[in-house]
Amino acid sequence: MASHYEAPIRKPLVTGDKTYHDVTVDVAAPVEGKANRQWWIVFGIALTAFLWGLGCIAYTIGTGIGTWGLNKTVGWAWDITNFVWWVGIGHAGTLISAVLLLFRQKWRMAINRSAEAMTIFSVIQAGLFPIIHMGRPWLAYWVLPIPNSFGSLWVNFNSPLLWDVFAISTYLSVSLVFWWTGLLPDFAMIRDRAVKPFQKKIYSLLSFGWSGRAKDWQRFEEVSLVLAGLATPLVLSVHTIVSFDFATAVIPGWHTTIFPPYFVAGAIFSGFAMVQTLLIIMRKVSHLEDYITVQHIELMNIVIMITGSIVGVAYITELFIAWYSGVEYEQYAFLNRATGPYWWAYWSMMTCNVFSPQFMWFKKLRTSIVFSFIISIVVNIGMWFERFVIIVTSLHRDYLPSSWTMFSPTFVDIGIFIGTIGFFFVLFLLYSRTFPVIAQAEVKTILKSSGEKYKKLRDGE
Amino acid sequence: MSSNKVYWKSVAQLDKDNELVQKLEQNEFVDQIPVDEFLGDEKTMSESNTNRRDFLKYVGFSTAAASLAACEGPVIKSVPYVVQPEQIIPGIANYYATAIADGFDFRSVIIKTREGRPIKVENNKEAPTLGGGNARVHASVLSMYDINRLQGPKAEGQDVDWSNFYGQVGAKLKAMAVSQKPVVLLTQTFASPTTQSIIDDFLVQFPNVKHVVYDTLSASHALDAFENIYGVRALADYDFSKAKTIVSVGADILGDWQGGGYDSGYSQSRVPKKDHGNSEMSFHIQFESNMSLSGANADHRIPTDPATQKKIVAQIYAQLKGTSLNNDLNPQVQKAVAQTVARLKKSGSGAVVVSGIEDVAVQEVVLAINDHLGSEVIDTAQPRYIRQGSNKAVNQLVDDMESGKVKGLITAGVNPSFTLPNAKAFTAALSELELTVAFATKEDETAAASQYVAAIPHYLESWGDYEFKKGKYLLAQPTIRPLFDTQQFQDVLLKLSGSNSTYYQKIKSNWSENILNGSSWNQTLHDGFLSGNDSMEYDSVSFDVSRQIKTLSEASSTAMSLVLYTKTGMGDGQQANNPWLQEFPDPISRVSWDNYLTVSASDAKNMGFKNVNVSDGGLNGSYAKVTVGNKSIVAPVLIQPGQAKGTVGLAFGYGERRGLQDEMQVGVNAYPLYNNFEAVQEVSISPAEGYHEFACVQLHNTLMGRGDIIKETTLEIFNTKDKEYWNPVPKVSKNHMEFEVTSPEVDMWQAFDRSVGHHFNMSIDLNACTGCGACVIACHSENNVPVVGKKEIRKSRDMHWLRIDRYYSSGESFEQDDQTKEDISGLVDSLTTFGKMENASENPQVAFQPVMCQHCNHAPCETVCPVAASSHGRQGQNHMAYNRCVGTRYCANNCPYKVRRFNWFLYNKNDEFDYHMNNDLGRMVLNPDVVVRSRGVMEKCSMCIQMTQKTILDAKLEGRPIEDGEFQTACSNACSNGAIVFGDINDKESEVAALKEGDRMYHLLESVGTKPNVMYQTMVRNTDKS
Repeated sequence: MASHYEAPIRKPLVTGDKTYHDVTVDVAAPVEGKANRQWWIVFGIALTAFLWGLGCIAYTIGTGIGTWGLNKTVGWAWDITNFVWWVGIGHAGTLISAVLLLFRQKWRMAINRSAEAMTIFSVIQAGLFPIIHMGRPWLAYWVLPIPNSFGSLWVNFNSPLLWDVFAISTYLSVSLVFWWTGLLPDFAMIRDRAVKPFQKKIYSLLSFGWSGRAKDWQRFEEVSLVLAGLATPLVLSVHTIVSFDFATAVIPGWHTTIFPPYFVAGAIFSGFAMVQTLLIIMRKVSHLEDYITVQHIELMNIVIMITGSIVGVAYITELFIAWYSGVEYEQYAFLNRATGPYWWAYWSMMTCNVFSPQFMWFKKLRTSIVFSFIISIVVNIGMWFERFVIIVTSLHRDYLPSSWTMFSPTFVDIGIFIGTIGFFFVLFLLYSRTFPVIAQAEVKTILKSSGEKYKKLRDGE
Repeated sequence: MSSNKVYWKSVAQLDKDNELVQKLEQNEFVDQIPVDEFLGDEKTMSESNTNRRDFLKYVGFSTAAASLAACEGPVIKSVPYVVQPEQIIPGIANYYATAIADGFDFRSVIIKTREGRPIKVENNKEAPTLGGGNARVHASVLSMYDINRLQGPKAEGQDVDWSNFYGQVGAKLKAMAVSQKPVVLLTQTFASPTTQSIIDDFLVQFPNVKHVVYDTLSASHALDAFENIYGVRALADYDFSKAKTIVSVGADILGDWQGGGYDSGYSQSRVPKKDHGNSEMSFHIQFESNMSLSGANADHRIPTDPATQKKIVAQIYAQLKGTSLNNDLNPQVQKAVAQTVARLKKSGSGAVVVSGIEDVAVQEVVLAINDHLGSEVIDTAQPRYIRQGSNKAVNQLVDDMESGKVKGLITAGVNPSFTLPNAKAFTAALSELELTVAFATKEDETAAASQYVAAIPHYLESWGDYEFKKGKYLLAQPTIRPLFDTQQFQDVLLKLSGSNSTYYQKIKSNWSENILNGSSWNQTLHDGFLSGNDSMEYDSVSFDVSRQIKTLSEASSTAMSLVLYTKTGMGDGQQANNPWLQEFPDPISRVSWDNYLTVSASDAKNMGFKNVNVSDGGLNGSYAKVTVGNKSIVAPVLIQPGQAKGTVGLAFGYGERRGLQDEMQVGVNAYPLYNNFEAVQEVSISPAEGYHEFACVQLHNTLMGRGDIIKETTLEIFNTKDKEYWNPVPKVSKNHMEFEVTSPEVDMWQAFDRSVGHHFNMSIDLNACTGCGACVIACHSENNVPVVGKKEIRKSRDMHWLRIDRYYSSGESFEQDDQTKEDISGLVDSLTTFGKMENASENPQVAFQPVMCQHCNHAPCETVCPVAASSHGRQGQNHMAYNRCVGTRYCANNCPYKVRRFNWFLYNKNDEFDYHMNNDLGRMVLNPDVVVRSRGVMEKCSMCIQMTQKTILDAKLEGRPIEDGEFQTACSNACSNGAIVFGDINDKESEVAALKEGDRMYHLLESVGTKPNVMYQTMVRNTDKS
């Protein structure tokens, strides 16, 4: 599929006069080299956070959900906020690897590996919450339609929570297979370069006996395409189904038909922001500036800007429809969001998600690495608040004013959230030192067409 | 466990020299175990399939099996009957009629017992006196299973046995009788004919003893007034069901005023009788200082300070009589008084004026007014005997004790060392006496200060007979054998006076001689009451109250008055160790686990008091220093809408004291401020440091103009307009056509087949409900609802399955609020207006709405549960399968009524929640028909399915159809006001089926389309002031 000609007007996707061998060496370097001090420090912090979170989870399971700040009116708060946030983050991976593959977007090759890794790691975080938020998590398997000896008990297929179970597990397994498939030639590359027998053994196991024959490559391409086709609907379906948790409910502020597209856009938005955050650090730490170029960052910023604007339109549509509906509960719910006791959450969300991405209209800003990094963080904070706003401010004042109350998190709520961030980074940091973080086999296919060195040669400079 | 017991094996054992015996004693096994033979047989060994590995497997298995078998299983102390008692069938409840008479609450009740233990208090619906039980009466069963109760008699702080107790106390009493040292017997009001005769006999036996009756919360002024006019020391009774106009000046007629029990009659007069044409209901005018239940239910409430109330009484009298009296009331109150008088005149004998002001003059004038009106509501012929105390006598006693005139004191059923305003001085004097005996259920302050403490049983373990009201006799019987080594006060007195008979025998003989009059003892005991028609006949009753009028009209206001009152949940505080009552949210303030100084918003603003909600919603209030005379206490401030300016309120029954578990030591003690037994005191208030943390279950007080939650109309509109006008079903548009939301056209769900079997519905009449909360406690008791404590309540984690929402209007009335909301135009206006509507008015209209699971036919909770733990029942219930619940809480989030309750922690057998479910004694109150929920599951109202199933099964066994009224729930049973009607709508003749078709019927949040099986009856307000 790789043609060797590319219009001169296109900027090179691989800069720095890289040869095929250079690519191999650059990608293998973090795996073959030793971790530096900074890696250990960051890993140490992440591990501590993870263990702290584990402790909080253990405390919750041992004592009860009462250790959280929830109450009779607000039955979900940080738990499901975090769940939706992590699922949303997980969206960029599939979008980049599947949708952009189908659209033949070559620039994705530098970032798809890490984006997918991020997807898998964040879906793992997301998957934790539906389990630990249960009052009796040891019975979590009851949500699976497993034939059982409890009589004629079966799951309730009407429940969006059950759809979640299928959506998330499908998403995780498809993403995992897709990711691994792409990893096979790269693992094989590391296997072939490995000098230590143990390392060789491990990577040969991981590469599933990749031999590099033409047949391998042909099948690899075919499987990638098929999986991309399978995964593309998932980009739309997963967050659509997550949004059903709210959209099918009767609570004002939840009961909204706009939710599926709104959630999907928000998910891509936050996913790209997280990819941005991670890759800006990684390109620096692992010296991959030639592969993850400013052009990549700029392109991602454009996606962030567009999806951020879609989200903004969704917010405004929500407000409009609340007013237009004439339903007093609906109207009050949205008025309360913007001006009630949680106004600060709403306006944090608005500022972070709608206003801040608009800076990306300026070329200077969207090509600034520091600015992009800051915005990517801001967007993720904003997207967390979006979920908090939807969940908590809708619940805390619903129909009967007698039940209105407030929510305030406890150290356990906060600890578990920080713990999942820690867990995520533990996984990502381990990944960045043991996995080929760039799909080097794919990058090599575009080296001749889009590599700076070859472009120069071709253009006769 | 080694045992030294030697068992005989045979006669030969006696012969020590017998070889065989010796050999057997030495060797455990009779025959040698052929180990050598077995191991030595190489052939067998080599042919054996058991190799070394197998051997180790066997050893491993055996060890594991042996150690597993050695693990101790849970020990459940359930002992089967060896000889089955005659009347106890496991699984079948027995009911006994009895009566509570604790000196504050007097009611006839039915006790449900299971396997011999009382588990629930029910109303004795047939008993003719004092209506149904209030929240405290319903909760009283738990007070019996209180681990802090006295478990036996004590002498000088040491446990003794009863014979010892009798010996010592008897000897001392006799010695004092011989030396003629005065002793006082200080008791509660018993209202018991036989107890009175036993006390009389005792006084004859010991002529040096004097009997003084002490009501913790005095009704002395009303008693004096009645005595002055009618010559009998009693209280007038009232039948508010006959009332057309009710004027209450400071009387909480729906609360504890003069013993309470007026709410069922009141409710009868409050429901518009006919569905069309001219329906009638009473008009209720309330002048008061604190916001009481009565004020909340009144049609017209005028907040006034106590001095003004006195003037109002005088004015009403004068204007009714047509005599002139200087009228210096402010114009607003003047207008209200004029309207009141006009209404009174119009209603004539259907009118009644009552007052709670503790002033003999006021009470006399009120009696005179009612006489002038010829009121049919007041009943003086059969007055109440449930308050007998005299302030004068109690004050005299304290003086005599201090001056040394009294040498001995016997207290029974009272705790003066805590409840007297000058308790400290009293206790000091008490410790100087020669003989002090306290009859008590707890080691309270008086018991702790007394030399001898006689442990008395709870009323459910006691015999008793009562005459609450002239001619209405009641019998009380024990429902369980005394749990502890206790003896009844009457039995002890009998024994001390040298009698051989018991209280039970005395009751029986007294009744057969004087009361039964040929009626059957067994039948009376079974019914719990004997309805006699004896009534008083008064000759020459004179109502010259001109002197009183003059003094009343000159009453002078104080800058700030403290009005002490009793809370619906706590009363006089006898049951303060009852966690159900502590957790019971006050119907008005909705604060549990506390008392507080109620202050009006404007006074609070002037004095700098604040109520704020912290980040988790919890309510905080400033502290205030409350000074009465030379005594001051620090109490938290609750800003109370409706509180009259210039007055503050504080409830009795709280504060730190002895005999109470630490968790229950909440609030402040108001008794020290109860100077001279006057509930109104001149007070000065000043701010104090810090904030108090309240546990309030309702943090938002107004209805925000959401008129479809509590639908209401006026009597006039109700009488003249169609239902469509005042109770329309909400409409929804489909294809540009309007349909009622209940129409199948706009229903996306398939309806359940309801043609077969029962279909339960419940109707709640917002006119009949006074908000008293008896149903809340009944539900708590029936359904084993856990108590979660102050901290958890503060976090909005109350577990009540049935709550009574209380709303204040933000403007003058709810109608006005609806209008304000309708009139909002534009975004800016809505921002400011909704903000304003969050605050209650200074004198708001009040509405109560009991809310439990609405058992929706299209339940939002059922669709969202991933494991189908919430599912629909054939009979209309929305079921909750606790076993299946995994605790996602999605159902609670999606419940528009927010009635689902989550078990955030393990609430039973958990030291963190050290209430009745954490000890064996307290757990005896649990209803065996209802499962105790574990941590992590959702729970909610089941429409008492255990009760409806029982009814169905009983009828099936007896092979008969079920009659209307047989189906009941705990709440509908507890509601003596008739506000909650439960039944089967498939029985077209049933009351509930008729109510469902009635014009006033509406469903809560009908527009959501949940189609509930619980319905409400639109509230009709009587606005006919003149």
